[in-house]
Amino acid sequence: MKAAEIFQEISPADFFYRNRDIAGFTNPTRAIYSTVRELVENSLDACEVHGIAPDIYLRISHESGPMDGPGVYRVRVADNGLGVPSKLIPSAFGQVLFGSKYKLRQTRGQFGLGGKMAILYGQITTHSEATIVSSTGATKIHDVRLRIDIQRNQPEKIKEVTHPNPDRWHGTIVEFSTEADYTRAMPKILDYLKETAIVAPYANLTFVDPRGRLYRFERATAQMPDAPKETTLHPHGVDVETMKRVIDVTQARSLQAFMKVHFQRVGDTIARRFLEHAGIAGKKNPKKLTNEEIVSLTNSMKNFEDFLPPDSSCLSPLGEELLRAGIEKELSPEYVEVYQRKPSAYSGFPFIVEVGAAYGGEIPNTGGIVLYRFANKIPLLFDEASDVSYKVVNSLVDWRHYKVLPDMPIAVFVHLCSTKVPYKTVGKEFIADRPDVEREILNAVREVARRLSVFLSRKHTIERQKKRLDVFEKFLPKIALFSTKLAGKEKEPDVKPLLKSVLKYEKGDEEDGG
Amino acid sequence: MKKATKKTAAEKRAKKTGLVKEKKARVLSALTGLGDQLYNQMTHRQFPWIQMPNRSIHNIQYDQKLRQYILGSKSVKRSARNIKHIRPLTQLVWTASFVDELRGQDRTSTLRDVFYSAQAYDMSFTDQTESDNIITDLETVIGHSREDFNVFPEERSSIFGNLVVEYTVPGYEGKKLNLSSHPDGMMIGPALTNAEFAECKADKVIVIEKGGLFTRFVEEKVHDKHKAILVHTAGQAPRATRSLIRRLNQELDLPVYIFCDADPWGMHIAMVIISGSANAAHLRDLNTPDAKWSGVWASDIVDYDLPSDKLTDLDIKRLYEFGKDPRYEGELWKREIETFLKVKKKAEQEAFSRYGLAYIVDEYLPAKLEAMESY
Repeated sequence: MKAAEIFQEISPADFFYRNRDIAGFTNPTRAIYSTVRELVENSLDACEVHGIAPDIYLRISHESGPMDGPGVYRVRVADNGLGVPSKLIPSAFGQVLFGSKYKLRQTRGQFGLGGKMAILYGQITTHSEATIVSSTGATKIHDVRLRIDIQRNQPEKIKEVTHPNPDRWHGTIVEFSTEADYTRAMPKILDYLKETAIVAPYANLTFVDPRGRLYRFERATAQMPDAPKETTLHPHGVDVETMKRVIDVTQARSLQAFMKVHFQRVGDTIARRFLEHAGIAGKKNPKKLTNEEIVSLTNSMKNFEDFLPPDSSCLSPLGEELLRAGIEKELSPEYVEVYQRKPSAYSGFPFIVEVGAAYGGEIPNTGGIVLYRFANKIPLLFDEASDVSYKVVNSLVDWRHYKVLPDMPIAVFVHLCSTKVPYKTVGKEFIADRPDVEREILNAVREVARRLSVFLSRKHTIERQKKRLDVFEKFLPKIALFSTKLAGKEKEPDVKPLLKSVLKYEKGDEEDGG
Repeated sequence: MKKATKKTAAEKRAKKTGLVKEKKARVLSALTGLGDQLYNQMTHRQFPWIQMPNRSIHNIQYDQKLRQYILGSKSVKRSARNIKHIRPLTQLVWTASFVDELRGQDRTSTLRDVFYSAQAYDMSFTDQTESDNIITDLETVIGHSREDFNVFPEERSSIFGNLVVEYTVPGYEGKKLNLSSHPDGMMIGPALTNAEFAECKADKVIVIEKGGLFTRFVEEKVHDKHKAILVHTAGQAPRATRSLIRRLNQELDLPVYIFCDADPWGMHIAMVIISGSANAAHLRDLNTPDAKWSGVWASDIVDYDLPSDKLTDLDIKRLYEFGKDPRYEGELWKREIETFLKVKKKAEQEAFSRYGLAYIVDEYLPAKLEAMESY
């Protein structure tokens, strides 16, 4: 146990300071992108968890150094979220791994790490402190300046003032200086904001860039996704270690009760049937299980198939309507199809796959399918080719089967919601190809592709009909003209009735075909 | 008008003059008829359509009586109702109205002209092959060859001889010309094709494949010595030339003798003049069934010991094809094909020059013409 104590003496802040690469702060370009991303995501979470329609303001202004390379920039992000109680402000923004997110529910961030990494990066590159202004909508607004004591992982409050809050404003403003190569990061930051606008169509996003240009992504709907609820564990998602911990803390005196209390969607019937399946008496006190019994129980949990699917109330998917609204608002496509799969689970973590497919509008014609990836409402912009969605879209789905040709402007949107997104790396940029996840994404993409193909063939038919009519419209009047001339007649015959009958004939054709 | 010296010729002329005008009237009325048909269909709210004989290879058959290829009973319908037909049908109607105007104003045009003129009407043809095909369609529908509606190909051949023609083309109406007035011969173009025959002192037509030999014949005064009209085909005879040869034969009753190279290709030039081509199966009055292939024969290579070349594989293949061709049924043809295959040699008309330049005219031609009496 001595060794463990020594390890704990290395502060988490110190650890992340030394390993900032893994959190996405590799260089000034990547750092400003990650800073924007982490702060905007925290702001969105601060609003959404409480059902507030987000109003996010982001400003990046240039302070010193060159504009076409790494320089010092000031970043300010303001939201209208619930705000942070004044007591918690220093810890929430100045202590790594402190936060509100250690619960089993879907949020964007998971460890309360990113935002603080951004502040930490700013502090070490510019030696300046961060300003946090927040109010929970009570009578005061708290204005705190702080820095992070890296070695002790403690916030160091430099100054705190309070302002009166007559308007009962609630929200949080974070502002600090940081080293950044904005010019190089700009395309990704704009992509990030646009894609965030797709996946959060209920949010207003405002961005003022260092040159004073205003980017505004307006909300398209007042509707919000249901806020995620905290839930208990799903039996499929439990490993031996977790099981031991639950047994440690349980108050239950029998396995029957233990199952009901600690696992989601387990009632008397299912608990009894499961324990029969596992071959362990329901009356047994969980604390008295041997190690072997714990292992066997855990394994039985994994292969007992009659557990209800994981409770998805801890998830906060967008829903088909919102996904559609987001796609329509940012890309104005000719056609959108969205589809949400039923909740599923990988290793006991519930997840929901939502996909969309869109045609035309502002979707660029890249000679392939444009893929938009989201995980827990975060746009994923890097390492596309390593992502499971990329594999699904580019090699598992045979698009020819769905009448999709390479030169069509088609985009596919994949949103994975989970209490634990199976990222392949700490960088959180691409999702691993776990079989369950891959299967769900594949099925979902196939479903929208199927619907898209109906649209495409209808479109094709309409285009063909239009082309046909164009041909008749071009040639019939000419036949009328020339045959009138040839016959030496004065008045040309009227071709309108014939053209009309072409249309009727077309309709008839389609009905026959159907 | 000069009095004809030959009574029979004068009689023929009396009977046959005005033929060119008559034909023009027939062509114009056929064109108008096509216009009427389409116009009436449309006023009756029908999609305009036409029906015409099918020109596909399966519908081409040899008519023993006419001694030419004709189209069988199969026909095709082309309707504006059909998306695949409407464009070619429109092109056909446009072409008809275009040539109707040409014919009405006695103007002529070439196939290439038609291709370009279409562009002024937003009727563009993809390429000239397409426009040529449409013209062939129109020939089929109207039943007259394109020369009859004043569309001529670029290829030209020529004629020389003691024949007076009377022009009908605008600006030259009534003007006459003796076709022996220029030693290079007169070009067989639209004006000559449309001219009436006024006076003829010749009693035969000699058709020659090669230009060099044609000039030799003029120099050696074959037209005087043999009272012949000389026609130079310049290879495969153009349709206007074939039609003129037929008129010389039918209207003036002149026997026609054809001299080509002694090879399968020369033979076939003669055959097309006599029995027409499969390509023109939809047309009449282009061939001259009574014309005679007079040389140079395969047997002449042997008989005159002509300098010769070996037959190529392609030549031999062609000869075998002739063996299956109904036009080559005649005894003379069969015999010569066999001879070719036996001696495996071919010779050009110029080969006679080994016996001196005048030999072909002084010795070969008289002998041949005499011999032809028995064929």
